[in-house]
Amino acid sequence: MGAIEAGCRYYFGYPITPQNDIPEFMSREMPGLNGEFIQAESEIAAINMVMGAAATGARAMTSSSGPGISLKLEAISYMAGMELPCLIVNISRSGPGLGGIDASQGDYFQAVKGGGHGGYHMVVIAPASIQEMYDMTMHAFDLAEIYRTPVMILGDSVVGQMKEPLIPHRRPKTEFPAKDWALRGTGGGEQRVVKSLFLGDGELEAHNWKLHAKYQQLQEKEARWEEYETSDATLIVTGFGSAARIAKSAVMMAREEGLKVGLLRPITLFPFPVQAFASLTARCKKVLDIELNTGQMVEDVRLSVARDAEVHFYGRPSGTGSLPTPEELLEQIRRYL
Amino acid sequence: MQQVFKKPAALKDVQTHFCPGCHHGTIHRLVAEALDEFGLQEKTIGVASVGCSVFLYHYFDIDVVEAPHGRAPAVATGVKRAKPESFVFTYQGDGDLAAIGTAEIIHAANRGEDITVIFVNNTTYGMTGGQMAPTTLLGQKTSTSPYGRRSEKEGFPIRVTEMLAGLDGVAFAARTSVDSPKNLMDAKRQIKKAFQYQVEGKGFSFVEVLSACPTNWGMNAVAANERVGSEMCEYFKLGVFKDTASL
Repeated sequence: MGAIEAGCRYYFGYPITPQNDIPEFMSREMPGLNGEFIQAESEIAAINMVMGAAATGARAMTSSSGPGISLKLEAISYMAGMELPCLIVNISRSGPGLGGIDASQGDYFQAVKGGGHGGYHMVVIAPASIQEMYDMTMHAFDLAEIYRTPVMILGDSVVGQMKEPLIPHRRPKTEFPAKDWALRGTGGGEQRVVKSLFLGDGELEAHNWKLHAKYQQLQEKEARWEEYETSDATLIVTGFGSAARIAKSAVMMAREEGLKVGLLRPITLFPFPVQAFASLTARCKKVLDIELNTGQMVEDVRLSVARDAEVHFYGRPSGTGSLPTPEELLEQIRRYL
Repeated sequence: MQQVFKKPAALKDVQTHFCPGCHHGTIHRLVAEALDEFGLQEKTIGVASVGCSVFLYHYFDIDVVEAPHGRAPAVATGVKRAKPESFVFTYQGDGDLAAIGTAEIIHAANRGEDITVIFVNNTTYGMTGGQMAPTTLLGQKTSTSPYGRRSEKEGFPIRVTEMLAGLDGVAFAARTSVDSPKNLMDAKRQIKKAFQYQVEGKGFSFVEVLSACPTNWGMNAVAANERVGSEMCEYFKLGVFKDTASL
């Protein structure tokens, strides 16, 4: 719904659990909107169709889950290199391999650290509610277009399949740079080429510095996070997506007991809210990171906190029955407080 | 004085990087002439593939998107669906189309995407240095089939055009060659026919062009050209394998 409100009219996907609600919804909605839906022959074909549509300047998206995202990484790297905007939704599975379909955050490294070849970043957003999924999908398309970059929404089967109230709204008005790169047929004008091959002397280095400057700009301007009860906290709990929701319940329980605990939830994973961690840990020296894996985002937390801050980690790699409870997390909070 | 032969408007006035005796330049010209004759240059979006043909955008004065290896038909699908008023063609070699991109070509063809595919078959991977391709002939020596291709180990050369012609989504499929003036004229005719299908919105059109790679075949230009007309044309029969409008 967020994608449609954002003006996305081109969806290309392939069935994989636990994200089939998305292609099913799009296959129903797109024809009535003069849009296009294709169930592609493969994950690879789906993302390459997104590439084609994006090259014409259209808002296009695909969605998948871990193994499917692995297959799409080639094209995601291309699109980062070609500076093409698009949205990729990863409602991740637990892994590695075929793994399982339970809520998991094992794809953090893949999403945030490039995943594909060549050294690139894409914007990665981790919503923690249905409303945020809706809002951030619109925001994702805007960021993609402003920065000419692929954007990933990283969720799991908890945020991907839960039912919550949603207040739909119009997309915010945003100024966008002219799409003077989009293919249209020359129409008698200058030739336009969308490519990622740069063989001339110094050409590729210059291109990579340009991408680097874009990533720095994203880091300076576009990091988002949520803070809850952090002002007097002596322990900051952190986590993203569904883990952060469970963590928030634990923080609320701790507050009821009078414990001075707060929550810092990164909403964007790239750019990572380095600034928020740095300024909070200038005062509060204890951080407890909670993830549904054996420790991935914690590396970025350690790099972001003040030098004298302690970073503790509690994680559970998910499988059936492995989702931690708020009580379990409260126990961890007490341990480090 | 009247000028009777000139560079097609769809081609830029630059030298190509192709080896002596390579047919890419010739095939580029045929495609450009067809674009000119239909007045398509200004509404065309070309899809370049990986291989020697990747530099399409250096030679054609048209908008171009560069697809990952084998994915050109999927990229072209996205382009055409998002911009149905544009004229979209892919230009792919045999390694790109018939090996790593097999799934993409079959399914774009089967969906009857309104695009045109120019398939340049020279029985080898040119850009990477002459390795065995899916269309490498039996007995042909390449850098990865140094004893010659053996059917019991490497299978048989794939006849892509015949395979695609069997799909209901395909409107037009032909195999041509550019080894002789006669074949070259016919190749031009088939390329134009394929373009006509897309111009009229009649579905997926496909033209295979047999061509030479003298450098990687270890032959001079003349011998390589002769091989196209003899060995290649013997295994890969020329002709129109599907022409729905004529049915």
